[in-house]
Amino acid sequence: MKAGPVDASSPLLDVRDLTIAFGDTVRVRDLSFSVREAETVAIVGESGSGKSLTGLALMRLLPRSARIAGGAMAFMGRDLAVIDEPELRRLRGREIAMIFQEPMTSLNPVLTIGAQIAEVVTLHEGLSRSAARRRAIELLDRVRVPDPARRVDDYPHRLSGGMRQRVMIAMAVACGPRLLIADEPTTALDVTIQAQVLDLLDGLRRDLSMGLILVTHDLGVVGQWADRVVVMYAGTKVEEAPPGPVFADPRHPYTAGLLAASPRVGGGRSYRSGPLPEIPGNIASAVDEAGCSFAPRCPHAIASCRLARPPLVRVGEDRVAACPVVNVAEPAP
Amino acid sequence: MAGLRAIGLRNRPAAGTVCRFPEDPGPCLMTTAERIFKSLRRNGLAAIPTVLVIVVLNFFLLKLAPGDAADVMAGESGAATEELMRQLRARFGLDLPVLGQLQAYLGGLAQGSLGFSPRYNMPVTDLILQRLPRTLTLMGFSLSIAIALGLLAGTVMALNAGRWPDRVLSVLTLLLYSVPGFWIGLMLIVLFSIKLGWLPSGGSETIASGRTGFDLFVDRLRHMILPALTLALFYVAVYARLTRAAVMEVAEQDYVRTARAKGLSAFAVGSRHVLRNALLPVTTLAGMHIGGILGGAVVVETVYSWPGLGRLAFEAVLRRDYNVLLGVLLLSSVLVILANMIVDMLQAWLDPRIEVR
Ligand SMILES: Nc1ncnc2c1ncn2[C@@H]1O[C@H](COP(=O)(O)OP(=O)(O)O)[C@@H](O)[C@H]1O
Ligand SMILES: [Mg+2]
Repeated sequence: MKAGPVDASSPLLDVRDLTIAFGDTVRVRDLSFSVREAETVAIVGESGSGKSLTGLALMRLLPRSARIAGGAMAFMGRDLAVIDEPELRRLRGREIAMIFQEPMTSLNPVLTIGAQIAEVVTLHEGLSRSAARRRAIELLDRVRVPDPARRVDDYPHRLSGGMRQRVMIAMAVACGPRLLIADEPTTALDVTIQAQVLDLLDGLRRDLSMGLILVTHDLGVVGQWADRVVVMYAGTKVEEAPPGPVFADPRHPYTAGLLAASPRVGGGRSYRSGPLPEIPGNIASAVDEAGCSFAPRCPHAIASCRLARPPLVRVGEDRVAACPVVNVAEPAP
Repeated sequence: MAGLRAIGLRNRPAAGTVCRFPEDPGPCLMTTAERIFKSLRRNGLAAIPTVLVIVVLNFFLLKLAPGDAADVMAGESGAATEELMRQLRARFGLDLPVLGQLQAYLGGLAQGSLGFSPRYNMPVTDLILQRLPRTLTLMGFSLSIAIALGLLAGTVMALNAGRWPDRVLSVLTLLLYSVPGFWIGLMLIVLFSIKLGWLPSGGSETIASGRTGFDLFVDRLRHMILPALTLALFYVAVYARLTRAAVMEVAEQDYVRTARAKGLSAFAVGSRHVLRNALLPVTTLAGMHIGGILGGAVVVETVYSWPGLGRLAFEAVLRRDYNVLLGVLLLSSVLVILANMIVDMLQAWLDPRIEVR
């Protein structure tokens, strides 16, 4: 087995060596992580690090030009990477659901929100029209949309971004999925609403005891809501650990850089104590590097970093990191 | 460190944040019926001055053309005296000064009369009402063909974009797009009436056949197929290309991905989410084409000796029967305006975002 936190009980989702490519360009490489029941796993990383592709691959909704070039995604006794279309349709929306980053464009403008929610329960649970409508109202109430009996007949353009995202959440949890993928669910929202939406997601995760993959580029979100953090950089996992240890003692220079650049978790820093240090350089073209993809931007990089991709190694209780320079490797289990 | 982020916001109602829930039932809570009514009222009021301007313009344009009905009638009879001409002109008010004629025409119009046709020797209104149903059926039938075939072809093209069905249909639509309607009409007659003998080449029903009920219906349908197809083919091409573009654009939208994420089948995603949105631009264009189809009807009705308004207009021009021509033109503009109103209503119904415009 590859390096990664090992758990006795078999996980709900077990992603092994997932590789996603556009033609010959690999955008996600050998990504492994797992999600247990009722657990929140945060995937963090700068924009362009392959977080959305990972989520879309789990739903098998990758853009037409992308393909799963390798790896397995074990979920409820199946491999999501290879199951056929009918099987996939049975899982989507019922056992595994996804919320997207852009609530403004993710709802169909010509259908009422009620109709769009009802569509899922009609499809998977065969409810009648009126029963599906009642269910839609209940769900709207559950995601705390005010006055749901009236809102149910509204069209999306009447709703604010926050309300639309709640509708998306209602749709996603309508059939009580085992796994929910939330791709930057609050990035497009007003700061004041972000916490409400995350709170809502967290409550639903607990009530439905579903696994939650919370994709974000905001480390601040992670501390409060995640059980485990997967840090991605340029398509690879560079560190995985529970949030507490990550914040206290990042074991990869990229994680440290993210922390330093984050106003809320960067070691007592805030907007007031001067400008935040940015990670120099950018993520572009890092994917094709021969060695560590972070090496060109890394303050600790040494010559050997550019020669070979550093492997993920166990660096403590329940955590792995892919930097041999800042870690003295413990033997992998 | 984590605590301060959310605790203050917990359980606070969402209202008061940026969401725009209107407390007052203002224009925001417009129902579909209200939206449709609103578009109807706005269009109806705008139509009256438009029609008036069209009538006056047409009137002067026709007066600019040389000759009048009396000339043609005299020419046909072969031996007309000055005296007879004068009598004819006086009878039909053609001897009045132009403004006087306009005044008389508008006066008649105000009372719902479109004047009298010297050639057909009957009121223009009756003449037009006799022909109108034929033209409306023909137009309705060909528009339905155009939309149905266009949507089908366009969807097939979009779903196979870049592959051979798309290529073949693209060439085909380009062909239909560029070939003139009368030529297509003649070729269809050559093929289906003369060579194959499957369909009649003209008229609107078999004369004096004594058919009734269903037989009559089938007979009329058979007569309508070729002219309707001739009229439709150009628009099939237009709608197919438009549908292709619209479907391809809509298919890329985020909400289509959302629909797929629900586990819907490709068909359900296509019909409920993609096509419904792709229909919006197609309806707009279809409405704009009603005028063009009416124009095309003149040609097609002539080629197929279809006893409709188009042929009436054509004959009226040949005979300088300007009252009839004016009537047909007036009715055409009313038809186009009506069609636009219907399209606006359709759009208000299809697209909930159209409400305050
Ligand atoms: N449709 C696409 N076509 C080509 N490249 C893409 C497409 N979508 C994503 N990519 C590339 O894949 C990489 C990862 O994208 P993504 O998963 O969206 O990043 P993230 O969600 O972490 O911001 C990016 O470098 C992006 O350029
Ligand atoms: Mg993304």
